[in-house]
Amino acid sequence: MYKILAKRVLAQGTVVENEIEAPRIAAKAKPGQFVILRVNETGERIPLTMADTDPNRGTITIIYQVVGKTTALLKSLEVMDAIMDIAGPLGTPTPIEKKGTVICVGGGTGVAVLHPITRGFHQAGNKVISIIGARTKDLLIMEDKMKKASDEFYVCTDDGSYGHHGFVTDVLREQLTKLGSEVKEAVCIGPVPMMKFCSKVTEEYGVPTMVSLNAIMVDGTGMCGCCRVQVGGETKFACVDGPEFDAHKVDFEGLSKRLTAYVPQERQAMDRYEQKCACETKGK
Amino acid sequence: MAEKAKKEKAPRTPMPEQKPEVRRRNFEEVPMGYTAEMAQAEAQRCLQCKKPSCKEGCPVNVDIPQFIAEIAQGNYAGAIMQLWQKNSLPAVCGRVCPQENQCEGMCIVGKKDKPVAIGNLERFAADWARAEKDLPMPPKDAPTGKKVAVVGSGPGSLTVAGDLIRKGHEVTVFEAFHKAGGVLVYGIPEFRLPKEIVAAEVNFLERLGVKVECNMVVGSTITVDELLTEEGFDAVYLGVGAGLPRFVGVPGENLIGVYSANEYLTRANLMKGYLFPEYDTPLVGGEHVCVFGGGNVAMDSLRTAMRMGCDDVKCVYRRSEQELPARGEEIHHAKDEGIQFFVLHNPIRFIGDEDNRLKAVELQEMKLGEPDESGRRRPEPIPGSTKTLECDLAIIAIGSGANPLITRTTPGLAVNKWGYIEADEAGKTKKPGVWAGGDIVTGAATVIKAAGAGRLAANSMHEYLTWGW
Repeated sequence: MYKILAKRVLAQGTVVENEIEAPRIAAKAKPGQFVILRVNETGERIPLTMADTDPNRGTITIIYQVVGKTTALLKSLEVMDAIMDIAGPLGTPTPIEKKGTVICVGGGTGVAVLHPITRGFHQAGNKVISIIGARTKDLLIMEDKMKKASDEFYVCTDDGSYGHHGFVTDVLREQLTKLGSEVKEAVCIGPVPMMKFCSKVTEEYGVPTMVSLNAIMVDGTGMCGCCRVQVGGETKFACVDGPEFDAHKVDFEGLSKRLTAYVPQERQAMDRYEQKCACETKGK
Repeated sequence: MAEKAKKEKAPRTPMPEQKPEVRRRNFEEVPMGYTAEMAQAEAQRCLQCKKPSCKEGCPVNVDIPQFIAEIAQGNYAGAIMQLWQKNSLPAVCGRVCPQENQCEGMCIVGKKDKPVAIGNLERFAADWARAEKDLPMPPKDAPTGKKVAVVGSGPGSLTVAGDLIRKGHEVTVFEAFHKAGGVLVYGIPEFRLPKEIVAAEVNFLERLGVKVECNMVVGSTITVDELLTEEGFDAVYLGVGAGLPRFVGVPGENLIGVYSANEYLTRANLMKGYLFPEYDTPLVGGEHVCVFGGGNVAMDSLRTAMRMGCDDVKCVYRRSEQELPARGEEIHHAKDEGIQFFVLHNPIRFIGDEDNRLKAVELQEMKLGEPDESGRRRPEPIPGSTKTLECDLAIIAIGSGANPLITRTTPGLAVNKWGYIEADEAGKTKKPGVWAGGDIVTGAATVIKAAGAGRLAANSMHEYLTWGW
């Protein structure tokens, strides 16, 4: 059992941060790696990237948006409750080197995944330009931490409620036009359409770009093949070959479609869960 | 003497089974087990040979005539003690061993009549013991102060754990999944091996003192070298199986609806997907299911798909029915349950709809040519002969390879060109203090072969722990 030591609801009640006791994982985790967790006995196994780790406290931090039953169930847990199983760290760590100028672009809860990578690049002595975005101001997460890990920092909201009014791709393009070949690498993490459009922009400017793919997984150790993605025409397993890949080679269309594999079942599970919650509330 | 004559003529006691038309739609165990009367009747068919060849046919060398004699006398506690001496997993082996090629294949009674049902008797004794609460545990040697790490918790690893704990060593089993049992829990379906039985065998080892740590991805959460240095283990056994799924490598293989057998069976068995939505992991049903491959894993996938409510379930195999590698009993069970065998066909393309969901598969018709290096006649395409089948769920069960997670992070461990770990007959690898066995050394095989490899390795490890490398 993995005890929850802290819980914070970050944005509009749907984005949650948990600090969890997991000393073995905390000691080993590197930027870009993820864990697979199972909330309870009947739960499914879902991958979540670590937004932070503290080897001294023996804790990992996860940030997730409530989108379906499992994340709703996870959100229902309070401090001192426990998550049944957490395995990790999984996946190949981000290759972090000193390259010069690096642009880090994050959207929605993808910012949580981006943060340790951004910090890693910053600590490695790179000039880090960060651009983070969300649909609206209230959905923006980790602003302070991202600012701290960056030399230059930009915020965008789709509705203009905060920062630049528009998409992260606008600011990305501005920066690339301004800096040109000074930018050695871009890292873009967020919803699939955002990653796809960001990578189109960086491709125009010839900037090597990395994305982190949120494929559906079961085991997370290369054993089931559920998370396969097409990268440069080859089949890769996001769990062990990734989760990060060369953005200019990823088949984003294929990934988007594979992510819809269980939409009807996910809806069924969520409806059932909400009904159960409603019944329990009435019962009280 | 009249009684003896009668004994020789008694026919093999059949195991009662769920009827095919019923069991094809449920996940309960197919064979229902012997009653005490049946077990005794069957045990009496054993000739108690002076030189028992059945014993030679058992990879873990169970003293078969001895345990059968105890059952014949109604001493079931004696029978289970006999079994436990050589086998930590009798309830599992009694169910999933290919006995026809092993113990029962060598049985003298089998020369003229059907062999003694050794597997059924083993299962009976183990099931009896599980129901018995106050059974004494088998004896353990005095503590040696040595610590052994066993990586993976499948049949090979559990055998090593059981053997070494009884030789007085401290044993910790590390499992990457949240439940121990390896292929016994993620791969073999409930209707062949109920998960509570695996849990009970693991619990038996825990009661003997084996520690089990789940959610430990060795190679990632902790490395083999860290086990040997920081964690203070004196020896390590790698029984991690061959879990890397193989795909056919044809267009459309990443469509929604094309699964590896590993994924399909893991969703079904470990995650209990067939109980969705009580359990949260979805498992698709499919209206037209094709399973590619003809081994035991293919049979498990086919029979699971049938139980998910599909009426059109086909086994598509590229050779002829004679070459199907699955156990005869499994093929027979599958056929009784209504599974169609579509042999001499090979997939060449998966076809999807606009949402990338599988809707059909194109097959190449095959014929058998000259024998290949495996001794079986090589399947060859018949030029120009293809057909397209409607198919919304395809399961690829054509074998699996070695997962590089451990070998990549363990310097000094030699691997062959397929990524399997190099080890001698006793499982000793090129890296001091490290043994390996089962599928990660030999490639995919059977439960009992893994257990046999575990037995040899455990003896070798015990020698090392006693005398040194």
